[in-house]
Amino acid sequence: MSESPIAQQHARTPRPGDLTDRLVATDVWTDQMLAEAGIPVVDVPFVTFGGGIGSFVTVDYLRISGVPTSAIRVLTPLRTPWESYEYLTTVSQIPRSERLRSDSQSRPDNIWGFPSYAIAEGPKQWWNVFLEPIFTRYYTPRAGHAFTAMEREMHRIRYPEMVVPGQVRMVRRRAGGGYFTILTPPEGAAPTRRIAYRSQWVHVAVGYPGLKFLPDLQRYRQRYDDFARVVNAYEPHEHVYERLHRRPGTVLVRGGGIVASRVLQRLIDDRDQRGLQTQVVHLFRTYVAGAHGPSVFSRRPGADGWAYQGFNYPKSVWGGQLKQRMRRTSGEERARLYKEMGGTNTPLRDDWLEQLARGRREGWYRVVIGQIEDMRPVGDLVEVAAGTDQGPQLGTFDAVIDCTGLEADIREHRVLADLLDHSGAGRNPVGRLDVGTDFELLGTRNGGKIYASGSATLGGPFPGVDTFFGLQIAAQEIADDLARQGFVQRLGPGRSTSQWWKWVRNTQI
Amino acid sequence: MLPTLSGRIQTRIFLLVVVGGPWTLIITPVLPTGADVGASYGATFSVLLVTTVLGVLWELLWHGLQQFRWEKDWPTLFGLLTGIPEGLLVWFLFAGGVVPWSDGVAGAAFVLHFTTTWLLVWLVANGPMRVPFVHWRINGGRLVP
Ligand SMILES: Cc1cc2nc3c(=O)[nH]c(=O)nc-3n(C[C@H](O)[C@H](O)[C@H](O)COP(=O)(O)OP(=O)(O)OC[C@H]3O[C@@H](n4cnc5c(N)ncnc54)[C@H](O)[C@@H]3O)c2cc1C
Repeated sequence: MSESPIAQQHARTPRPGDLTDRLVATDVWTDQMLAEAGIPVVDVPFVTFGGGIGSFVTVDYLRISGVPTSAIRVLTPLRTPWESYEYLTTVSQIPRSERLRSDSQSRPDNIWGFPSYAIAEGPKQWWNVFLEPIFTRYYTPRAGHAFTAMEREMHRIRYPEMVVPGQVRMVRRRAGGGYFTILTPPEGAAPTRRIAYRSQWVHVAVGYPGLKFLPDLQRYRQRYDDFARVVNAYEPHEHVYERLHRRPGTVLVRGGGIVASRVLQRLIDDRDQRGLQTQVVHLFRTYVAGAHGPSVFSRRPGADGWAYQGFNYPKSVWGGQLKQRMRRTSGEERARLYKEMGGTNTPLRDDWLEQLARGRREGWYRVVIGQIEDMRPVGDLVEVAAGTDQGPQLGTFDAVIDCTGLEADIREHRVLADLLDHSGAGRNPVGRLDVGTDFELLGTRNGGKIYASGSATLGGPFPGVDTFFGLQIAAQEIADDLARQGFVQRLGPGRSTSQWWKWVRNTQI
Repeated sequence: MLPTLSGRIQTRIFLLVVVGGPWTLIITPVLPTGADVGASYGATFSVLLVTTVLGVLWELLWHGLQQFRWEKDWPTLFGLLTGIPEGLLVWFLFAGGVVPWSDGVAGAAFVLHFTTTWLLVWLVANGPMRVPFVHWRINGGRLVP
């Protein structure tokens, strides 16, 4: 095959300042090596990359503690810190007007959690938080409320001044101390293909390493090239609801978590509001019939297939007894506790309970316990073979909505894989990045530290990492650790109070 | 709230002293105690002291009950309602003459003093406390590790 002239031209003029084979193969880099490759170096003490909510709350905490904007850079492809989060919530049926799944005090725009969202929302919600969770369900904020509040805080702390657009390719240790974070700026934004950020501290906050689909779903897609009728709830799938609007149909929903709850609610809302005749079959792999747990001291409520829990872990994981307990565990014991407290669960909400009870009564919502064995297209329907507790069953559906959110292995993320291969990072008992109680990425120390927070570090001594408040707790631990190294002052009562007052008055800092 | 046992005790003592103390100082002169200011202060501060000391013991019980909760949390409402048994016990101790240095407190004054103090402490614990003490809520209510 002959090369096209354009390809030849490209081959002759590689973009300047790119990675060399030598750099890629070397674990610890010298300043000289980067100079030889023509990669420009930018000095800044603290670099955070990802630029989602994890980066945002960390920067927020540091700015409030007194770190100037010039000492921080946020390397990210995102335009706003909530962009990626809003995409995920929107496709999984939580538009701005719907409520999230974290409590009133989990405010990514406010490190004090005071005043809480409920206080801001009004007296009806004050009453709710006063009585929860005994006489009312947990209050949770509307997605839109969280986004507009973050937008305000973003400008208040002058976040945009710290953002550098681009994608991070790798982090490597630097001979003589510190790290190089290699950024690939957007095409045409910089004269060189890469820019190196030389810093003493790096914070990794890249969110989900990737989405993984169950093998049967992948098999179906590969074999039949059909992405329309069998969908995962984390993908855009509005067409499924539209199709049901055009003609009545039957849908198979799989999963027992909050996403399944939301998808069922959407289907039933459409039924109620648009007068549709949608039939729903709900497939549970594990059916929870009632309260469950190892002892009277740890029994989680459950019914009708679902395990019920207000948030994704028992609440005291974010500050109380369970936080303290988990901090002291390691190895297999930690992995076991994760299983016990986590697992698939959904919060109790009255509208869901009412809708499903009505569906069961009227016969348009049916539950099946088992696993999908095979799927194939039949005309414009999908035929599903399932192994169930009643034996093998066959059914045809207009659509299959898979609500099992499986996260891919951390290796699927290029930067995380690079950290494992070249920078000394290791895995924790559940297979993700191993961090200490101060969120240092263990094994990577080099006259400075790499920190990590968010989903990639789940399985560490603090289970709540992949939540707003959990990311803030991580930010506090990181800031305290940076204070021990002299980068920032630990946030004490005086500064905390005066800074809070600035927050109240929306004074830019 | 998400207290640990030591966090409960620390928060209890801290708030009763730092919030309950000044509040008692302010409110005592206007309470219907039927006694002179000196004796009134003696009575109200005795109540505060006894509430604090007994409170430490109560916390052991509340902590024990918390163990039956899956989430290991302590709902906001509980923090308010526990004031009822605690207040009653303090009242009975004073009325029954069990507190050796005190010769009783006036009923109306006690109710006013105790409920306002309890309410204030509860309100502070459920929000404003987090403003100066950013570490407090993630440390299970502990002020010192
Ligand atoms: C549907 C859904 C609902 C949720 N609801 C709640 C809730 O109600 N309450 C709650 O507390 N938590 C909730 N969470 C969990 C969690 O709080 C959010 O997912 C949160 O956005 C996580 O923040 P993050 O910074 O870790 O990741 P993200 O906000 O996703 O940000 C990480 C970003 O890093 C960027 N990135 C990746 N690789 C690179 C690279 N190489 N270079 C540069 N940038 C990179 C990506 O663009 C990504 O957007 C929810 C999660 C999901 C999926």
